[in-house]
Amino acid sequence: MIINVARKELKSMFASPMGWVILSLLMFAFGTQYLNGVNDYFAVMSGAMRPAERTGVTQFVGQNVYGFASFIVLFAVPLLSMRLISEERRNQTLPFLFSAPISLTEIVVGKFLGLVAFLGILVLFIAIMLSTLNIWADIDFGFIVANSIGLLLMVASFSALGVYFSSLTQQPVVAAILTFVALFALMFLDRFFAGDPSNTLANLSLTHHFQSFSGGLIDTGDITYFVLFIVTFLTLTVRRLDADRLRG
Amino acid sequence: MNNFTVEATELTRIYGGREAVSNVSFNLSKGEVLGFLGPNGAGKSTTMKMLTGNLAPSNGSVKICGIDMIENPKEAKALIGYLPEMRPLYKELTVDEYLTVAARLHRVSSGHIKKAVELAKERCGLGHMSKRLIENLSNGYQQRVGIAQALIHKPMVVILDEPTVGLDPIQIRDIRALIREVGGDHSVIISTHILPEVEMVCDHVQIIDKGKLVFNGSIDVLKRQRVGNKLLIGLNNTPNADELLKISGITDVEILPAGFVRLTFAGDAAPAEAIVLASVKNKWGLHQIAPDQTSLEDVFVQLTYQEQAVSQEQAINQEQAVS
Repeated sequence: MIINVARKELKSMFASPMGWVILSLLMFAFGTQYLNGVNDYFAVMSGAMRPAERTGVTQFVGQNVYGFASFIVLFAVPLLSMRLISEERRNQTLPFLFSAPISLTEIVVGKFLGLVAFLGILVLFIAIMLSTLNIWADIDFGFIVANSIGLLLMVASFSALGVYFSSLTQQPVVAAILTFVALFALMFLDRFFAGDPSNTLANLSLTHHFQSFSGGLIDTGDITYFVLFIVTFLTLTVRRLDADRLRG
Repeated sequence: MNNFTVEATELTRIYGGREAVSNVSFNLSKGEVLGFLGPNGAGKSTTMKMLTGNLAPSNGSVKICGIDMIENPKEAKALIGYLPEMRPLYKELTVDEYLTVAARLHRVSSGHIKKAVELAKERCGLGHMSKRLIENLSNGYQQRVGIAQALIHKPMVVILDEPTVGLDPIQIRDIRALIREVGGDHSVIISTHILPEVEMVCDHVQIIDKGKLVFNGSIDVLKRQRVGNKLLIGLNNTPNADELLKISGITDVEILPAGFVRLTFAGDAAPAEAIVLASVKNKWGLHQIAPDQTSLEDVFVQLTYQEQAVSQEQAINQEQAVS
């Protein structure tokens, strides 16, 4: 049943120009970044004489693209997640889902997975784009896999937060702004505590947990953080929708 | 084991201290069409939301085919098709896409989805609209899509909240025929404030006012109430009321404008023939004679008004008791 809700979400996403426009614009931006990365690689490496200064092409271009991607999804996810529940609330289509034989959890998880699947297309495309480097060079696929997993987890966390804010309001724009502000705060939390890396608050930062992935390291601690983050906000969303049913 | 498809027991819903619906209980058997009547804000939609599990009742329970809505919501919801007051349509999808989604969510097995969609479209007269975006459909066709969505999984109980609002007369006729047809093998609950509609399609009527059931019974009972002991006659030369009262059986005469007279007669008298004879004899120029039915509206007003009068009386009595 979760799959059916997710399929419905994906269908809605692609039924409007919004989905296509965001997908193509993002791919255009990532493609440009990729191209710049490749160009810069030759410029920088021809200047780097000592072996210690040299990095592999995968890492150089990869960090360029993934670093940029992790920043740009900060803007893209709120735009996509804003309408998930708030628009249904506004158009009064929620009864359609509520009166179908599916639980609230299935509805919320389905919507979340629909959005993650959509964003997963981006992550997959980036990975394919970087893999094309393999035609000219011998690239490090492990690095790309780790980054893809990290980016997907981060995007999923963003989505979970977006779904929650979307469930709070009837206005998609309000949901988008709230999501953006919250994500922005979470992203740059570690900048504020840069002097004290052991600070607990800095540990809440999403970028902080993405860093190990961007270095090519799959850390179960970071995975746990993302998973907990997702579960927390999805649970809050379910509770918010349940309150609708109880309080009306 | 009874064969009730819907059992509502003491349904109560409290909104901020005010009882929107209080103590509504009823049963519905297979193949019956139940009409839900009531003025605006009487609690019709709230009751329907509770029946479909969209709203948790403050008190009481709902059972669909013996399955409790609160304990087993999924199983109970699978047996219901619901069209809320505001049509829950995804306007960016086409009719086919939307109905496919509806079929999937209502657990129609993947092999049967195509057939179910075709059947629902055929039943609701949507055949030639398959590829159109719902957004571009007219109001009436959108309503049909809403109804198709409620019927797609062949539910045991179909609940339609004001299904004929915004339709043209021909569409209304079609929809009513459809409701009758559906009522043959499912149970149907419809809410409306169009009274003749209830008379046409329903077997059972419930009148709800201020959250309370004021009438619950078969449509025949309601119809019987409205056939009164009155005759409406039209005369070209209207005589005095006294002369009309001389006709045996007539107990009351009410002279209406334009030569019409309303006659009330005693219980089992049949004064029609006597009136015609008297008219011929006295050259009154009778041109019309017909039973004067109290319209369903009157019965409805009576029922909802009586309740108010009673409660006002009670309030006055209480005040007196206090003072």
